[in-house]
Amino acid sequence: MLRLENTVTRWGDFVLSADLSVARGERVALLGASGSGKSSLLSLIAGFQRPDEGRILIDGRDMTDTTVAGRPLSILFQDGNLFPHLSVFQNVALGVRPDLRLAPSDTQRVESALEKVGLAGMGARAPSELSGGQQSRVALARMLLRDRPLVLLDEPFAALDPGLRSEMLGLMADLCDEAGLTLVMASHDLRDAERLCDRLILLSEGAVVLDMALADALRDPPEILKPWT
Amino acid sequence: MRHTIIAAGLTMIAGVAQAQTPVLTVYTYDSFNTEWGPGPAVEAAFEDICGCDLQFVTAGDGAALLSRLRLEGARSDADIVLGLDTNLTAAAVETGLIAEHGLMAEGLSLPVAWEDMHFLPYDWGYFAFVHRTDLADVPTSFEVLAASDVSIVVQDPRSSTPGLGLLLWVQNAYGDRAAEIWEGLSDNIVTVTPGWSESYDLFLEGEADMVLSYTTSPAYHLIAEEDDGFTAAAFDEGHYMQIEVAGVLANSDQPELARDFLTFMLSGAFQSVIPTTNWMYPAALPASEWPEGFETLIQPETALVYDAEEAAAIRDAALATWQSALSN
Amino acid sequence: MDWAGAALAALVCLALLGPLLAVMLRAEAPGRLGAADWAAIRFTLIQAVLSAAVSVTLAIPVARALARRRFVGRSLFVTLTGAPFILPVIVAVLGLLAIFGRAGWLNAALSGIGLGTLDIYGLSGVVLAHVFLNLPLAVRLILQAWLSLPSERIRLAASLGFSGADMRRHFERPLLREVLPGAALVIFLICTTSFAVALTLGGGPRATTVELAIYQAFRFEFDLGRAALLGLVQVAICLAAGLIALRAARVEPMGAGLDRPPLSWPGDGLRARITDGAAIVGAGAFLLLPLAAVIGEGALAIWSLPESVWWAAGRSILVAVASSALSVALALPIALFAARGRGRGAVELVGFLSIAISPLVVGTGLFIIIYPIADPVALSLPITGLVNALVALPFLLRALVPAARAAETTQGRLADALGMRGVSRLRLAILPRLRRPLGFGGGLAAAFSMGDLGVIALFSAPSQSTLPLEMYRLMGAYRTDDAQGAAVLLLVLSLGLFWIFDRGGRVNAAA
Repeated sequence: MLRLENTVTRWGDFVLSADLSVARGERVALLGASGSGKSSLLSLIAGFQRPDEGRILIDGRDMTDTTVAGRPLSILFQDGNLFPHLSVFQNVALGVRPDLRLAPSDTQRVESALEKVGLAGMGARAPSELSGGQQSRVALARMLLRDRPLVLLDEPFAALDPGLRSEMLGLMADLCDEAGLTLVMASHDLRDAERLCDRLILLSEGAVVLDMALADALRDPPEILKPWT
Repeated sequence: MRHTIIAAGLTMIAGVAQAQTPVLTVYTYDSFNTEWGPGPAVEAAFEDICGCDLQFVTAGDGAALLSRLRLEGARSDADIVLGLDTNLTAAAVETGLIAEHGLMAEGLSLPVAWEDMHFLPYDWGYFAFVHRTDLADVPTSFEVLAASDVSIVVQDPRSSTPGLGLLLWVQNAYGDRAAEIWEGLSDNIVTVTPGWSESYDLFLEGEADMVLSYTTSPAYHLIAEEDDGFTAAAFDEGHYMQIEVAGVLANSDQPELARDFLTFMLSGAFQSVIPTTNWMYPAALPASEWPEGFETLIQPETALVYDAEEAAAIRDAALATWQSALSN
Repeated sequence: MDWAGAALAALVCLALLGPLLAVMLRAEAPGRLGAADWAAIRFTLIQAVLSAAVSVTLAIPVARALARRRFVGRSLFVTLTGAPFILPVIVAVLGLLAIFGRAGWLNAALSGIGLGTLDIYGLSGVVLAHVFLNLPLAVRLILQAWLSLPSERIRLAASLGFSGADMRRHFERPLLREVLPGAALVIFLICTTSFAVALTLGGGPRATTVELAIYQAFRFEFDLGRAALLGLVQVAICLAAGLIALRAARVEPMGAGLDRPPLSWPGDGLRARITDGAAIVGAGAFLLLPLAAVIGEGALAIWSLPESVWWAAGRSILVAVASSALSVALALPIALFAARGRGRGAVELVGFLSIAISPLVVGTGLFIIIYPIADPVALSLPITGLVNALVALPFLLRALVPAARAAETTQGRLADALGMRGVSRLRLAILPRLRRPLGFGGGLAAAFSMGDLGVIALFSAPSQSTLPLEMYRLMGAYRTDDAQGAAVLLLVLSLGLFWIFDRGGRVNAAA
């Protein structure tokens, strides 16, 4: 599904090197301290940044030079996932038509996506009128509608309280199961990863230092993972 | 065949265009053609007799008018330029843009003789310092003014017509002593403004005791505002004259009509409008026909004026004198 | 969109430098600068440096006070004290003289208590007027910098028990070091083209500025070569100052909000409160009393103004709105272009140029260019709109570029991720974030063009006069009362237009 082929990317002094593959349907947790390169790796996959060396392939096609919008993926950021001046409905509808020229059938689809994430009837509200958890649900509804096989999560639920976060991760897991999505999620919490993922990649100072099945890692944590358990 | 028809059509259109009312374009300064200036009355009166369309085009003041003509050059649409004064006419003639008028200047009531081949005068006035009647110890000459602590506000000769007039006034009255007079005046001058309007406004606001303006200025307050609290100071050395003139452009496409306008300009219909719209003396109307109130104005003993060539020749040196005397 | 921004930036340069070139080509002989011209250049630089220095120095305590105080009417105070910056110069001079002139309120008060009188004419008068006109800009720029400090950092300082001295050392000094050079530069450049202020209050030929020398070259000597050369001198001053400032200064965004929720300021005490109170009262009196004087003298005359004044006012409003639309249409693509980090220096330069280049040269050059093709007089109103759109451009860019940059990094990222493109990306994702600076900049352009007397006076057609020109005509026809009424009308309309645009940008703004 996704392949980073010996990519090297430089941001000033910081260098991120990666060589890894993600199979279809796999759910990968990127674990690491602040500044280890989690967000950078996601932005590389998403296409906000072009690698200085190496290639990025998605579904076997070279997408190194493809724009963000041209790649078959959705991304949820840490914050700023919603346009504050657009209504909840419009924010979700952007997932169907980025220019908001909606056909009646599109309206239907937006309504049902809102229903699916438990926000039926809230379409007319402004994002600022919603709670943090509800705002995350709006972003999820949009992601559903975009219907892209690869989903990147850049700690979108980090600001939520633990109960709510766990709820959102559960909802996310259900949605992934339902649509058979491939997922790459940045996190700094092993328990979050456990709720959602089946594979663990540990990053440190811009390099992959551990890459294994999550279940194995939890059962018998390697030394390097000790601080995270 | 078709070509003939088109040609015939074109000839017809051209014929119609010629049969249309001829247009006389008069370039003048801005204040001439305002609602309260002479423009509207002059336009109506001339159009009554000429069977033409008189159109005013305006530019700032006299000097801006000349710059405008120079910028436009021979291609200008202007038929008449109205509003230069004798300090500018030499430069205007030098451009070659002005034709000789070929008219006899009859019935002029100027205090000086008029022999200019290119321009005819339509109004005139004396530069003077205007003050309120309650001013004590009104100076009677530049020398007395310089020795007094009466404050004055004047205009910059580089950007204003009266400012240039003052420059030539001092030059004409004092010749080589001009620098000395200016140095003496420097502590009387509150400030030098870009134009007449700013000066007069500062004076009315009480910023100075006297303002450089015209002997006719009090007539405005007397006639239009019924306020007799203003007068002009009579100076013993005489007062410099401003004579405002009009001329025909060499490239005018309506030379006949343009000459008719100059003739009209010296007639009663034009002249009688001038005193209470332009607030100057008419150039071809006997004093007996001036409006009531004008007889109260001071009448200078001596009229000072350079002819056009002298004014042009002396201008730059006089400016340099002024600049250095006031910059110390 | 990028090519459009770059092309427009180039076009603006052309519109500014083309006329200069036209004047140069039209000149019969190459110009030469005389001793008087060098004196004019020297005086221009001295008064501009002084005006800039005094403006920013006085602005420091005022901006500090406005940054840390909340009081009833603060927002109204900020709006009104901004007024002198958009005031037509001639109205400003009349207002100043009513307070500081020989027969003004201040001297009446001074002589009333036997302290003699104050004479402002001369260099001090020129600087006084320039400070009056530009202090609002300086305050706004510094205040903006204060408000860009995150509240968290101020709270942190409070929790650490910072004293007033600590605040100055850790907050104010670094902030001023960054913002002052840029603010001073803009004001310096504005003052280099001063003409009417310098002459009227300067007291005589000592106060000859480069702009007056250009005026003299045009109309007294008709020496186009010298006029063009002096125009080049202005460009050179602008480039030199611009290069210095690009190194030293941070470009402070304009047009962002000027409010923030109340904070408890570290090191606050009675002394700080008194200083702030004095700064606010002092600035308020200095900036508002002259306005009050103008209004007091002319307000009653408004009802008896001749009909032509109202027509002129109508035309002026139309020109102002068109000018504002044009400057927004020019600035938006350029700002979006610059927001992607390209051509920043060039964009800054365009801004500096349009502040520092002589309106007289631009006007005359445009006349020379247009005359062979069309009747410049018939185009006088469009040209007035165009030139003022160019004059407002640098301020608009200053407001837009940082906002556009911020919008690109937040909204732009999301929009890209969602595949939004072209017009819908601009309309749905970026523009909503730019409403505030667009309203602010559009309002400035409108106000500038409302008060402009430079270009229209060159091209004036009798039937197309604008309100400032009509006011000037009234003054020139002894009709002082009407002129004062027209001045009030002009003041109210300029401020009103700015206010409407600025407000319009804030309604539902996604700030």
